[in-house]
Amino acid sequence: MSGASPLLRWAEPVLVPLVNMAAALLLSGAVVLAAGADPIAAMRVLLQGSLGDPASLGYTLYYATNFIFTGLAVALPFHAGLFNIGGEGQAYIGGLLASLVCLFLGPALGWAAVPLAVLAAAAGGALWALGPAWLRVTRGSHVVITTIMFNFIASAVMTFLIVNLLIAPGQSAPESVPFVPTAWMPSLGALGPSPLNLSFPLALLLAAAAWVLLWRMRAGFALRAAGANPEAARAAGISVARATLLALMLGGALAGLVAVNELMGSQHRLLLEFPAGYGFMGIAVALMGRNHPLGIVVASVFFGALYQGGTELSFDLPQVTRDIVVVIEGLAILFCGALENLFRRRIAALLDRQARA
Amino acid sequence: MSEPAAAAELRGIDKRFGAVRANRSISLRLARGSIHGLIGENGAGKSTVAQILYGYLLPDAGEIRVGGRQVHFRAPRDSIAAGIGMVHQHFMLVEPMTVLENLMLGCEAGPTLARGRAAALATLARLERKDGSSLDPEARVESLPVGSKQRVEILKALHRGAEILILDEPTAVLTPLETAALFRELRVLAADGKTILLVTHRLREVMEVTDAVTVLRQGEVVAERPTRETTPSELAALMIGRAPAPPARPPAHIGPPRLEVRELTVRDGEGVTRLDRASLTVHAGEIVAIAGVAGNGQSELIEALVGLTAPRGGSIRLDGTELVGLTAAERRRRGLGHIAEDRLRLGAIAGFSAAENALLGRQEEPQFAGGGLIRRTAAAAAVAAQMNAYDVRPAEPERRFALFSGGNQQKLVVARELERNPAVLVAGQPTRGVDVGAAELIHRRLLGLRGGGGAVLLVSADLEEIRLLADRILVLCGGRIAGELTPETADERRLGLLMAGAEAA
Repeated sequence: MSGASPLLRWAEPVLVPLVNMAAALLLSGAVVLAAGADPIAAMRVLLQGSLGDPASLGYTLYYATNFIFTGLAVALPFHAGLFNIGGEGQAYIGGLLASLVCLFLGPALGWAAVPLAVLAAAAGGALWALGPAWLRVTRGSHVVITTIMFNFIASAVMTFLIVNLLIAPGQSAPESVPFVPTAWMPSLGALGPSPLNLSFPLALLLAAAAWVLLWRMRAGFALRAAGANPEAARAAGISVARATLLALMLGGALAGLVAVNELMGSQHRLLLEFPAGYGFMGIAVALMGRNHPLGIVVASVFFGALYQGGTELSFDLPQVTRDIVVVIEGLAILFCGALENLFRRRIAALLDRQARA
Repeated sequence: MSEPAAAAELRGIDKRFGAVRANRSISLRLARGSIHGLIGENGAGKSTVAQILYGYLLPDAGEIRVGGRQVHFRAPRDSIAAGIGMVHQHFMLVEPMTVLENLMLGCEAGPTLARGRAAALATLARLERKDGSSLDPEARVESLPVGSKQRVEILKALHRGAEILILDEPTAVLTPLETAALFRELRVLAADGKTILLVTHRLREVMEVTDAVTVLRQGEVVAERPTRETTPSELAALMIGRAPAPPARPPAHIGPPRLEVRELTVRDGEGVTRLDRASLTVHAGEIVAIAGVAGNGQSELIEALVGLTAPRGGSIRLDGTELVGLTAAERRRRGLGHIAEDRLRLGAIAGFSAAENALLGRQEEPQFAGGGLIRRTAAAAAVAAQMNAYDVRPAEPERRFALFSGGNQQKLVVARELERNPAVLVAGQPTRGVDVGAAELIHRRLLGLRGGGGAVLLVSADLEEIRLLADRILVLCGGRIAGELTPETADERRLGLLMAGAEAA
């Protein structure tokens, strides 16, 4: 039993992920070796390519922004006892509403286009989460099923809209016309040529807000109580239905903001399948970040670096294909998320012994 | 008289958890074929002793002997192999499986299950011949009453060849009738040569069923007695280190009615009437107790009163305000307090800290929340004061609720509800699973609420508690109020008859 001294209570949550990450990297090294490349060189490329210069760092943080949004989109509902797998669809519909604002109102709105489109992205995501949340509250439908199904609906609806209605005239690529520059999310590319934009500080701000909501606000208390013991929450006068709606819609809104980073910040147009799996990666991010906003930010930067560095890796070392990079990502998720408790007990015992000595 | 052989023996057992010494040189000798009681307050180290004997915890020092030979258990599978079985307070049964399947778990004896099945059936038949009771081997465990589930647990241990049975607080979940049946069974088993260690904090049970008793206090053995040479008051004094002092009930100052329930009817999901036109009144300065065999409508009455189930008909008035149709939160705002019968299901959130649990149900009070924010320092200060007033140990507001012992959890829940000084308190089993000292304290606080003009509806399975606290006693039987008694007229016989539905008073 550790936890007596504050130092030890602090040491465990830091040490455990570090040891897990080291284990993942060690095994990844073995995979790289088996593929016929030098793991030390691969590690250097990975680090250099993700953090080595301002442009690489910019890309890393740009990817991390998406992960923070989708990680939080999983974590908030998780605290209410709900598993939101619909980040993908919520991001997609968020992108639809944001794009409609940028495309049709953008020219007239001037500077107000950006804040309005950001709100539209959040509203779109929240709206797409409202369906499953409503079914949950009124019919008791399982959100794992409904949110997944809503992903398919979103995908089909968006394909129809983009291919048939929103596609740029006289063009075969399934993309809209570009947004007016006043509707672009202001770039932070001054750091170096990268798509990093104001969405990143927005994501950090919202992570902090999520923390305040969960652990400092009454609504967050109700949300966590409803997730941890719905019956006791009900007996204490907490509305579990309200907590369910709030958690899923906030999650959906956060997922919808992926569109702000991707479309308004980088692509500057609406394009087919832009969520590109970020919604699903949010599950891994939340898992690795243990559903804590700070953990999610750290995990997001880690995965962002892996995304960006992995791309460099497949350029620089031909033996390390894109698939090997996916294997390395998988190992990171496995050790840092799923095998969370692999070393925990041993580390706790070790710390305990240190404390007594 | 020659000393009977020891079935198992602990010598000089030490066990520490961090800074806490849970067991200090514990020695315990279980005579073969006897029922041995192990008693002590919550946190005295009873469960630690039981878990060490079961191989679930490793002692820091000391030795364990079974059948005269020293053993080294590393895990329960070692102790099971040595003939020790344990019946946990929270059953370890697979609910959707049948009785037979539960018995076979881990003893399938081959891929076709045929041999395991035959062996389990044989065990069932053999044991039933001995104690004359019967259990349908094809019944699903989830459909069985609690007493029968416990029997399945005992059978499971015996089927695995247990010669020594450890029962951890076995009666905590049982009705009086089920308890009597359990004790009958334990006596049959002891007569058959099995050895039983009964871990409990209920003195009456120790006196009723054991041959010898060991008393623990603060991790140490303070006494060991043959049961027939001791008395409940001696044991109580040994347990708490002083003479017990049950609070006296001062004369009531009855005020106007605060809780008026009229013709309240509750039906369950299947449409079965669980509470049938029940009417009752609790006045200011009065404790009214609901007695009855568990499952006769007590839980339904509580849940309808506090707003967890909608009644089929009837009215509930608190200080004249109709509560039917209001949410649980609205009822709390109007001064209704609720000590949940099952603290971990309805009364608290195990994964939250003590401080967060102190907020539960009070999250809208301006004292604890403002501008959408939780006032955490206020909550921590409140729970620290409650811990002090109710002697909760350890007094750490940020400690996770689940890590407190059962008695301390109960004190935290009671403290939270009484702190609000409710107009009407619905107290469901307020001292379930707590020791003598803590029960005294809770009783004193309930009487304090009554003295201050509060109205208390006490629902309890403990008749002694009811007689001690209640100004009036209502008996629920089959969802109806079967009769009303005063503590003076409520002798065991009359209460028993009303509870069994034999007499209409």
